[in-house]
Amino acid sequence: MREVAVVGFTQSPSVRREPDRNEIEILIPVIQALREQTGLSSKDFDFICSGSSDYLAGQSFAFVSGLDAVGAWPPVCESHVEMDGAWALYEAWVKIQMGYADTALVYGFGKPSMGDLPLTMALQLDPYTMMPLWPDAISIAGLQARHCLDAGLLRAEDMAAAAVRDRANAKNNPNAQVKGDFSVQQILAEPFLVNPLRKSDCAPISDGASAIVLAAGDRAKQLSDRPAWIRGIEHICEPMDLGIRDLGRSRSSEIAARKAGVSNDKIDVAELSAPFTHQEILVERALGLSQKTKVNPSGGALAGNPLMAVGLSRIGECATRIWSGEADRAVAHATSGPCLQQNLVCVLEGN
Amino acid sequence: MSPSEAEKTNQPVTVLACPISLDYAYSAGQSASRFLRAIAEGKLLGQRCPVDGRVYFPSRGACPMHGVTFGDDAVELSDKGTIVTFSIVRVPSQNIALPLPYITVNVLLDGADTILIHVLDAKLEDVHMGMRVQAVWKPKEEWTTSTANILYFRPIDEPDAKYESYKEHI
Repeated sequence: MREVAVVGFTQSPSVRREPDRNEIEILIPVIQALREQTGLSSKDFDFICSGSSDYLAGQSFAFVSGLDAVGAWPPVCESHVEMDGAWALYEAWVKIQMGYADTALVYGFGKPSMGDLPLTMALQLDPYTMMPLWPDAISIAGLQARHCLDAGLLRAEDMAAAAVRDRANAKNNPNAQVKGDFSVQQILAEPFLVNPLRKSDCAPISDGASAIVLAAGDRAKQLSDRPAWIRGIEHICEPMDLGIRDLGRSRSSEIAARKAGVSNDKIDVAELSAPFTHQEILVERALGLSQKTKVNPSGGALAGNPLMAVGLSRIGECATRIWSGEADRAVAHATSGPCLQQNLVCVLEGN
Repeated sequence: MSPSEAEKTNQPVTVLACPISLDYAYSAGQSASRFLRAIAEGKLLGQRCPVDGRVYFPSRGACPMHGVTFGDDAVELSDKGTIVTFSIVRVPSQNIALPLPYITVNVLLDGADTILIHVLDAKLEDVHMGMRVQAVWKPKEEWTTSTANILYFRPIDEPDAKYESYKEHI
């Protein structure tokens, strides 16, 4: 295996609604800042891969104009996934492993504020029995939370505590959207948004973008004093049908964590991309994190949820803490699909 | 058999129609919004790339070749231009309510480096590459923030443009 590291990371602030800028105009300064951070120009990237969704943009092939932010002349080698940018990073990592590239630019961007996100998300359900009912994403997650509560797997207090922790951590994150000091009692006093979920159990709807530079071996050492080496990366998908999955645990996260080697050594920092409090708890358990791990120092997805970039940003948030020496070993998580259907786990190390 | 048919005939439901639609509050973005506000006043705005000086029309956020932002510099373009390619359309299209056959053209507006696709009001046998044309606008009181302010192009009495002046855009 080639040694591959994250050597650059930039992101836009997560905001509820970008009033003027379109998706590409949100992305342009993020890519520009990444060029300045790494000293690389677009022609220095051997491979470019992006994650975005035409369903969020409301038009087909919307991702193509994302390349305006990169500059595609002379012609570039690039690809796109209709998924979170974390999966674009996985594709770039594979490309580097295969020897086709030494450096890669990865970015994700989304502007879900243009549509009705919970209803848009219904289109990712199984198209025969579920999607025609058009259940919104919060109701689907609510069914999972109800199962977890009724089965005694977690308590409403645990869910509220996850929101309290993330929002408190996010106070140090200038890009976070939801932050501040809250108490469990305060959150439990909120009315239900979709029983048993309160508004504070749900990640915000966020517009935003983020970008990462990957580099292999010596190239990474040239670009960073302390590269964040990817020592394990895996993604696993569970069946589409919610009725044949165990919704009380995240099996795919468990398998991905094992294959990525999460438990091989201590984990200083974990960044999780779960968009609901009960899902965050399920992922935390699936990764087998101990009390010594600082979870979501950035606030995680519950503090800022720029769809299609939020998972990639988790990898970036881990990397920045390795660059600074704050962490030696970190794990980032990204998710896709309803009720944690597909999960990606990435282990980063400073040594 | 649909639910309503099944109820009448006391037969099993075999077909269930579940129409789905999504609504978007679409934002054109800062650059395209500037272009659309200008065209509502009869102005055609492009933007110049700071790297190689090419003028992109309509204006957009960044240069697709160099990945650099255009900033706030806008270039106002003439509504005259040159036909670089054309096609005679003989099949109907739902979006274009013109009597068949009609002519679609790629017009290189004077001062622009990217082409505009539009229709040409001319005799089929007259259209040719290099032909000089000008936009025909709707009456001013009907102008909105829409490219539909230009109804079509029509030939003007100017000598053909030289091939070298538009060969890069074919």
